Amino acid sequence: MEVLKIATAGSVDDGKSTLIGRLLYDTKSMTDDKLEAIERTSKQKGYDYLDFSLATDGLVAEREQGITIDVAHIYFSTPSKSYIIADTPGHVEYTRNMVTGASTSQASIILIDARKGVIEQTHRHFFINNLLRVKDVIVAINKMDLVDFSEETYNNIKADFEELMKKRDYQDQNITFIPVSALKGDNVVNPSENTPWYKGQTLLEHLEELDQKDIYNTGTPRFPVQYVIRPKTEDFHDFRGFAGKVYGGELNVGDEVVVLPSMTRSKIKDIYFYNKQYKTAPRRSSVTITLEDEVNVSRGDMLVKVGDLPTIDKQLTATISWMDSDNFTPGGKYLLQHGVNKVLAKVDAIEHKIHPDYSGIEENVTSLQMNDIAKVRLRLNKPIFYDRFKDHRTNGSFIIIDSRTNTTAGVGFIE
Amino acid sequence: MSTLAEEIKKPENLNGVERPSANALEHEAIYIIREVAAQFEKPVLLFSGGKDSITLVRLAQKAFWPAKIPFPLMHIDTGHNFPETIEFRDKLVEELGVELIVRNVQDSIDEGKVVEETGKYASRNMLQTTTLLDAIEEFKFDACIGGARRDEEKARAKERIFSVRDDFGQWDEKNQRPELFDMLNGEIEIGQNVRVFPISNWTELDVWSYIQKESIEIPSIYFAHKRNTFLRDGLIWSAEDDVVFRADDEQVEERMVRFRTVGDMSCTAAVESHADTIDKVVSEIRDSRISERGARIDDKRSEAAMEKRKQQGYF
Repeated sequence: MEVLKIATAGSVDDGKSTLIGRLLYDTKSMTDDKLEAIERTSKQKGYDYLDFSLATDGLVAEREQGITIDVAHIYFSTPSKSYIIADTPGHVEYTRNMVTGASTSQASIILIDARKGVIEQTHRHFFINNLLRVKDVIVAINKMDLVDFSEETYNNIKADFEELMKKRDYQDQNITFIPVSALKGDNVVNPSENTPWYKGQTLLEHLEELDQKDIYNTGTPRFPVQYVIRPKTEDFHDFRGFAGKVYGGELNVGDEVVVLPSMTRSKIKDIYFYNKQYKTAPRRSSVTITLEDEVNVSRGDMLVKVGDLPTIDKQLTATISWMDSDNFTPGGKYLLQHGVNKVLAKVDAIEHKIHPDYSGIEENVTSLQMNDIAKVRLRLNKPIFYDRFKDHRTNGSFIIIDSRTNTTAGVGFIE
Repeated sequence: MSTLAEEIKKPENLNGVERPSANALEHEAIYIIREVAAQFEKPVLLFSGGKDSITLVRLAQKAFWPAKIPFPLMHIDTGHNFPETIEFRDKLVEELGVELIVRNVQDSIDEGKVVEETGKYASRNMLQTTTLLDAIEEFKFDACIGGARRDEEKARAKERIFSVRDDFGQWDEKNQRPELFDMLNGEIEIGQNVRVFPISNWTELDVWSYIQKESIEIPSIYFAHKRNTFLRDGLIWSAEDDVVFRADDEQVEERMVRFRTVGDMSCTAAVESHADTIDKVVSEIRDSRISERGARIDDKRSEAAMEKRKQQGYF
């Protein structure tokens, strides 16, 4: 079955949790015992409707404050697809969670409160989805019930959002507008009688028809070696298999490949998945590859096709999103993890900060705080083998690890 | 006699099957398990004998084939396990040829580190945490692979794939590392360890469908069978085992049941079912209106039961 990962973004009170609850409820994915718990708690709180946010706000602090602190993952399925929703909080201070959610998602839902329209937060949500090059964005204009399902309100918000779209960098992003009421269920799973002027699909209908084939179809095959398998048993005495996941495009038995960084050439001999051999290793499959020649390959090396080399360099320019409470400073000691490869990194320069609400850039910046986005130049102690993020979603991104605390402090998109 | 290597099916013998299965969750899990073997010095797979950890074992086999799984399995035995699960565990370990470590909650009790609960709802489920943390320290494990899934429970929905625990095994839910794209950051300090959840993104149905597709053997208690049971709080309890407390007025009756999760006998209730084959179990789960942990009394203690246990270092 197909799996579709979706990120949600919205400001506080835009009704994200309610929308997710509604999706679960109307697709009958919510089990009776969970539903009973929601009914019970809704009643205790004196609501005259079902508070679906109780289904997603999992931590005690969240329930107390009625907010979502951390990325939560919610699962539901229809007969044709499995869905994973990364529910990310809309607070200004939680940009990092939104970036995180969008990084693993193939589609994204941006919620707008119909009473408030496009606000500064909407700019940020759109900016992040565009920066991360999320292929499909759905703009759900919510709380339509509170504006009498007005077509004019919907059109005005849509026009405002379209203004915003002119500023985007990633023009090929598919953007779809849907008028919904998550609380009442209009146009979420079931079509609404209250919006006769809207001829489009409901949210779920749209998700069901998203073509996933193209989502990962960026770039050419890259095979970062995770692990070398050497069984040293009688049956497999000379077996040397390179285990890893294929990104970008597929690899086939017989393909001529180059091993990076040694630049040794060889040919793919066999492709294994468990105890069977296959002709093709499709993109995003975790396979084991053997080569025709005895080549020295270790973790962090990369197999690519002959004539299709990535950039091999110790310097790079990238847009980074800073996620740590400790500031990013040119003097800091950082590890850069690119795929499965870890190298030391030094900051050559912070070129400028980029305001994630499309209000411009800021120069002469000396450090970055949590939630800042900036263009930086980095120098590495060893070369990495990278593509530009716009050409290769996986091989064009990296994380920055603070070597004092070991925490994942930032993420970068290579230019 | 042909060697195992010769028996491997070559592409020309595959009747046109040229690509491995397109199960994205399976490829993701294998990637995660390989990252554990590569990034950590002393990983261990926490094995309970339940379907999720059995699935993990199959995924680990796939990740490293034709080599053996490069880390041991560890079972924290409450002493209240279903006998079927223990038999199953021992057989599986023998087939795999991997090391099995068993640490007993009973020892923690005997050493006075934990006190056995008493009364109607007494369970050793909470006590496992101490035994687990002691074992991690004893063997200096730096990564523990577990079969928890995010769809199981609300607090688990917030769990990372690489979840860092401090010196005391505790989970700091408000200060978790962001996980971006496929990149897993396994950098830790000495004394810390990481809990790894390769099937985080699987649902209960995904696990069952996988067991069905792979023809994986699982303990018999997962299939419908006749059992002496009694009712309490709307749940069906096994009356065949001494460790489950039963009051005199709780009447024993034979029912056709199966277990949907296999935890400690004292906290795992059965469900009425006629699903005696894997195909029937899969369709039962598909149509089910009750969540998996609906039959876990350990979660019902309070709204935040799981979050609290996780902070203390639970699986």
